[in-house]
Amino acid sequence: MTLLLSVLEQGMIYGIMALGVYITYKILDFPDLTVDGSFPMGAAIAAVLISKNFNPLLTLPICFLAGALVGTLTGLIHVKLKVRDLLSGIIMMTALYTVNLRIAGRANLPIYNNTTIFANSFTEGLSERIAPFSTVLIILVITLIGKFLLDWYLKTKSGMLLRAVGDNDQIVTSLSVDKGLVKIVGLAISNGLVSLGGCVYAQQQRYFDVSMGTGTVVIGLASVIIGTSLFRRVTVLRVTSSVIIGSILYKACVAIAINRGFASTDLKLITSVLFLVILVIGMERKRKVKIDA
Amino acid sequence: MLELRQIYKYYNPGTVNELCLFRDFSLKVEKGEFVAVVGSNGSGKTSMLNLICGSMPVDSGQILIQGKDITSQKEYKRMRRMGRVFQNPALGTCPSMTILENLAMAENKGKPYNLGRGVHRKKENEYQELLKTLDLGLEDKIHVKVGSLSGGQRQALALLMSTMTPIDFLILDEHTAALDPKTAEVNMKLTDQIVQEKKLTSIMVTHNLRYAIEYGSRLLMMHQGRIILDKAGEEKKKLKVEDVLELFNEISIECGN
Repeated sequence: MTLLLSVLEQGMIYGIMALGVYITYKILDFPDLTVDGSFPMGAAIAAVLISKNFNPLLTLPICFLAGALVGTLTGLIHVKLKVRDLLSGIIMMTALYTVNLRIAGRANLPIYNNTTIFANSFTEGLSERIAPFSTVLIILVITLIGKFLLDWYLKTKSGMLLRAVGDNDQIVTSLSVDKGLVKIVGLAISNGLVSLGGCVYAQQQRYFDVSMGTGTVVIGLASVIIGTSLFRRVTVLRVTSSVIIGSILYKACVAIAINRGFASTDLKLITSVLFLVILVIGMERKRKVKIDA
Repeated sequence: MLELRQIYKYYNPGTVNELCLFRDFSLKVEKGEFVAVVGSNGSGKTSMLNLICGSMPVDSGQILIQGKDITSQKEYKRMRRMGRVFQNPALGTCPSMTILENLAMAENKGKPYNLGRGVHRKKENEYQELLKTLDLGLEDKIHVKVGSLSGGQRQALALLMSTMTPIDFLILDEHTAALDPKTAEVNMKLTDQIVQEKKLTSIMVTHNLRYAIEYGSRLLMMHQGRIILDKAGEEKKKLKVEDVLELFNEISIECGN
């Protein structure tokens, strides 16, 4: 039971982050490594604000905006300075490591005794039957809000351009819009969501650690690929929902592996092997579809 | 309307592969003209379109539209008053979006792409009427993703999209070359119909000499970055495929192929 709850909690938190990766990887076709820096940045900002007894609810929009700012910088490096997509992300990711240390002031910042979105007067007042589920329910609400906002945005005029720019950037130029600007907006929203994920993660884990971002992009990519390839034929599910479910499934796989006796230090190896397997299976499916057609 | 003044354009400047494409190239297109451009590969037809649209910068010279110098204007800004259909049908539409979404996006050109709703239900009928004019049965496929349409259908849609908003200038870049003969014919007729209806000033690059003769009010033949034939009005009407073909053969022989 605890295992299931923790899988759901972590799966949905990483699901918020995966929504961001979905924008860059699937929509913009931009492998954005900034994620490895913007996720812990959200965590760092949240931890610092919460350790100073700041209103925990307000940390959510603040972290989103901070992430959006970082995404904008990655976009500016790529679009204005014409640095390749992968390199723009690497530059930002590396720079953010220092920035995160500066924000937090040290490599590890615990917030065990502070008020967070999960531990406050409201959750303490809940009856004993609901209390164990309060964390997962709060995460569910935040994740769903993120998902519905993204769904809504992608249907707006601006959102349609974002979808168009990854598909065929020439058409954006033909529509008399600066395609670079559209890419920057996409990167901003993406990293905003990633940073929001980090913000929720720090409050759920009750600490910030400077290394907590390592491998985030791999988890995000794996979630997106599981979600989009597994539920391709299920039309009632929106892609955003598939990505979040993909993230939960991914966390479940990792949890099972750990449960089977792997040490928690093996985590990153499991993560990457699992990602490789998912990637190869995903490609296999694609090839089959081509032969069918 | 459109004027190219003393354009110079080199490829790979400063290297052993330096190639002079345009040397003192000038061209004037009047309002309402439908110019068909023919010429061998490498004669500079598509490069000329790229210079006009701004996908490629000029080395020196001026490009004017309605007397306004647009030489240093960015491509996306120039496209505000221009429409362009490419040879590759994939470049004119968004494959992962539905016909409805594509049309809605095209209709918004020139207006801000803000947080307003992208597609309005009540527009559906209007778009269906518009699609009926294509006579390709697309009006029943309004919710189908464009990626699953055939090349000819996509190209017709691209043509429709690029002329949905008021434009001064339509650029057709070998837009029938990737289609089978029958579909090409349908698309060419459609193009002519739209150009006539909206009285668009157009430049059409084509490899099909018959189209160049049959359609348009002016014909240009280009060779090695120069215009070697320029016929308009009555002179153009008298022109026959054989005449153009003969000239074409001459320049080819000159080049030794």
